[in-house]
Amino acid sequence: MAERRETLSWLEVQRLYRPRDVQVDYDRDLADPGEYPYTRGIHPGMYRERLWTMRQFAGFGTAKETNERFHYLLRQGQTGLSTAFDMPTLMGYDSDDPHALGEVGREGVAIDSLRDMERLFAGIPLGEVSTSMTINGPAIILFAMYLAVAERQGVPWEKVRGTLQADILKEYIAQKEYIFPPKPSMRLIVDMMEFAAREVVQWNTISISGYHIREAGSTAVQELAFTLADGFAYVEAGIARGMDVDSFAPRLSFFFNAHMDFFEEIAKYRAARRIWARRMREKYGAKNPRSWMLRFHTQTAGCSLTAQQPDVNIIRTAYEAMAGVLGGTQSLHTNSMDEVLSLPTEKAVTIALRTQQVLAYETGVAGTVDPLAGSYFIEDLTNRMEAAAEEYFQRIDAMGGVLAGIENGFFQREIADAAYRYQLEVDRKERIIVGVNGFIEPDEEPIPTLKIDPALERAQVLTVQQVRAERDPAAVEQALAAVRAAAVDGSNLMPPILDAVRAYATEGEIVQTMKTVFGSYREAAVF
Amino acid sequence: MSLGSDILRGDRRALARALTIVENQLPEAEEIVREIAGHTGRAIVVGITGAPGVGKSTLVDRLAGHFLALGRQVGILAVDPSSPFSGGALLGDRVRMEGRGSGVFMRSLAARGHLGGLARATPRAIQLLEAAGKDLILLETVGAGQSEVDVMGYADTTLVVVVPGLGDDVQAFKAGILEIGDVFVVNKADRPGADQTARELRQMLSLGPHKPWQPPVLSAQAQSGAGIAEIGQAILDHKASSERDPEVGTRHVREAERFLRQALADRLVEAAVRRAKAAGRWLPLVEDVARRRKDPVWAAKELAGGEER
Amino acid sequence: MTGSSEEKATRPIRVLVGKPGLDGHDRGAKVVARALRDAGMEVIYTGLHQTPEEIVEAALQEDVDVVGLSILSGAHNTLVPRVIELLRTQGMDDVQVMVGGIIPEEDAQALRQLGVVAVFGPGTETEEIVRFTRSCARGA
Repeated sequence: MAERRETLSWLEVQRLYRPRDVQVDYDRDLADPGEYPYTRGIHPGMYRERLWTMRQFAGFGTAKETNERFHYLLRQGQTGLSTAFDMPTLMGYDSDDPHALGEVGREGVAIDSLRDMERLFAGIPLGEVSTSMTINGPAIILFAMYLAVAERQGVPWEKVRGTLQADILKEYIAQKEYIFPPKPSMRLIVDMMEFAAREVVQWNTISISGYHIREAGSTAVQELAFTLADGFAYVEAGIARGMDVDSFAPRLSFFFNAHMDFFEEIAKYRAARRIWARRMREKYGAKNPRSWMLRFHTQTAGCSLTAQQPDVNIIRTAYEAMAGVLGGTQSLHTNSMDEVLSLPTEKAVTIALRTQQVLAYETGVAGTVDPLAGSYFIEDLTNRMEAAAEEYFQRIDAMGGVLAGIENGFFQREIADAAYRYQLEVDRKERIIVGVNGFIEPDEEPIPTLKIDPALERAQVLTVQQVRAERDPAAVEQALAAVRAAAVDGSNLMPPILDAVRAYATEGEIVQTMKTVFGSYREAAVF
Repeated sequence: MSLGSDILRGDRRALARALTIVENQLPEAEEIVREIAGHTGRAIVVGITGAPGVGKSTLVDRLAGHFLALGRQVGILAVDPSSPFSGGALLGDRVRMEGRGSGVFMRSLAARGHLGGLARATPRAIQLLEAAGKDLILLETVGAGQSEVDVMGYADTTLVVVVPGLGDDVQAFKAGILEIGDVFVVNKADRPGADQTARELRQMLSLGPHKPWQPPVLSAQAQSGAGIAEIGQAILDHKASSERDPEVGTRHVREAERFLRQALADRLVEAAVRRAKAAGRWLPLVEDVARRRKDPVWAAKELAGGEER
Repeated sequence: MTGSSEEKATRPIRVLVGKPGLDGHDRGAKVVARALRDAGMEVIYTGLHQTPEEIVEAALQEDVDVVGLSILSGAHNTLVPRVIELLRTQGMDDVQVMVGGIIPEEDAQALRQLGVVAVFGPGTETEEIVRFTRSCARGA
């Protein structure tokens, strides 16, 4: 019993917690849900008022296949859409670019031009559904395409709801899907923030993401600290542009991972809300309570899933999902059990969605707000997560902020160290992962997985070539020249990019145009 | 066909193989070096050093692109430290390189800790690249240890790279890096404090002894390519200056002396060890040093004493 | 001091760890690179988003014993055969190719038939990768 125990983030935990182990001032540190500093949640009634949004990330093949999956998910009771793009789209290459070879439609849907976006949302009223789009480097282009589709459906932009990930800082830190160097990338994001604050007022412009930081191997503490540090960097960039903090901060949202260490995850979400509220009010002078409220989406941890005994992933995902809900998430994606092997099959996606439905309607966890508050353990862990994050903020400030930390490889090194330490512990069986280094089943039968037909790539290549052949070349050229001019002179890039997508300029063409001005980025090797 | 003649024909695979041979000091190295003799000594060798994170790799990449555009044949040797624990190494300098395909030949070298190993392999590696037709060689090392400073001795021109905003810069300058620099580069010059860093550097350089070549302090942003052309020009200027002034001493003279010293040292060491072994003194002496009964310097004196007399 | 066979046996194994294709998930590649380093090997890391041509050129210039490719984007059926083909064209048949990532078993079989010496899926112990790398580099 005296044995030392640690969380997944190597925070030490005691055998037992007693009142003297935790110091909390209820009004100052917790307060009722819906009250500053929102540790207990941002709404007084939470899931009694409204259940979390069940938002399953989907996308593969061409726009047509993904459109069919969207319609299927909506019929199954899903309440929001979430779009996964393929690698060439995420990296700003058209499907017929040599860099795209073999990758078209593999990890998500391929989008090259407005033509694909029209097909992706065919029969889906953009005034009624909210759509999340996981895209970062070229987010401004996909956002413009979405708005152009709304325009064509006759939906006014102020009615359009959804979220762009557009969190470029975590790309440099963890996910590595960047195109341009950090400074012009930040400018594109502030351009979008500025445009949306004026014209697409219900749109969540940035989903500041810890998910990928965690997937890259960080600890929960690092996920918390680096994500919030990124959030503060966006706030500072908006203020530096001359925007009033309350004009854009309410549209910032967050995206966290839900990993296997149940209580640590719950403490992480609670600490995140408290830190954000305090900083936004005290440091950045936000007056609107909505600027203080940290809203977040949660996805269960892809990196916790195992290729061995994949059925067991259903159980992992269920526990992780419950942590997200007990932590007060606004929306949730539950991973499918086969996602460590391939894109999910329809059956696996359905089980994942059902996992959320069981959680919402059968377990009773949605009935009481923040039910773990007052637990000596949870409150102490929340305090310690906060303190550990504050320590990181000080280090980041001392090195000159997030961009400086990216340039000198600080974040990358911290994450790589944690990932390596974790792997060594698994290798040495100091951590047991069921089916991987314990409770192994020899001779497992492989489960059926989704196959992407290679013909889809050829079809998509034909589509983009057809679009180029049919459009008005002079209009495209003129529109791209306007994009280039705005990139050079520093004016907001949203309007010229909107014109370019309306003229059916492709994503790759717009990215190339901007690359001629901004250059491209290669990271230093940090292990 | 021999490796040497294949290298002279421009066979990149042969060059790569030969680099492995000289790096590991395999016996075949002597033969290859003999074969390519007469085809070496023609390149400008530019050493690039500086603390980790100052942007050396990016600078090297941009300089490679710059000289390539001027019609030069570019080779790169990038040295990274080896792990003192495992002897392994992570060589990550390629990450910063833009895909220049086969236009630039780059080789990553691990410092491998063992005494003088790198210093021994480096001049040979340079000769191999020269034999393969490279006339501009960029030699990059982390300015961390003495062996790296030694390696810089093989360069015609040494670039010392710094970045603004590191408080202990000045200390680093004082620690000996001022002496080896022919050109100083303040990289990431868009950062606050760049002008001040350059100013301080110039001031410190002006305090040194007056030399025919006064090292310039140049600002650059390697990421965007700003300042690269000026650095390229300074490299050529320095080369021209040292050719005009025999007192500066060309790399080849220094190199020759170093080669001779090294070869001599190798032979003397080998002979002394052989003699000590034959006399049955070697192992007991090693044992004494291992058990801390004798100081290694003193033990060496004991063995070398016979030589001196 | 003398005898090349002795020196060959003790010279460090050189491994290239590369990420062909567009996905940026470098956690696995970096963990493996570090484990190989800690096992005494010299690891050349190419960085992200490399084309097969770039990877093979790097393998040639660095004269590596082993090439390890990490692919999580599902593009392995296109990228790995291309790397193998280019290695053959360069006469580098003696360089061993290993692949890590999310590779369905039937694809893995096809890659092995092409000449890939090992395919490592999720959950592989790094020690196993180290052991395998050592054995196939020394066998080469």
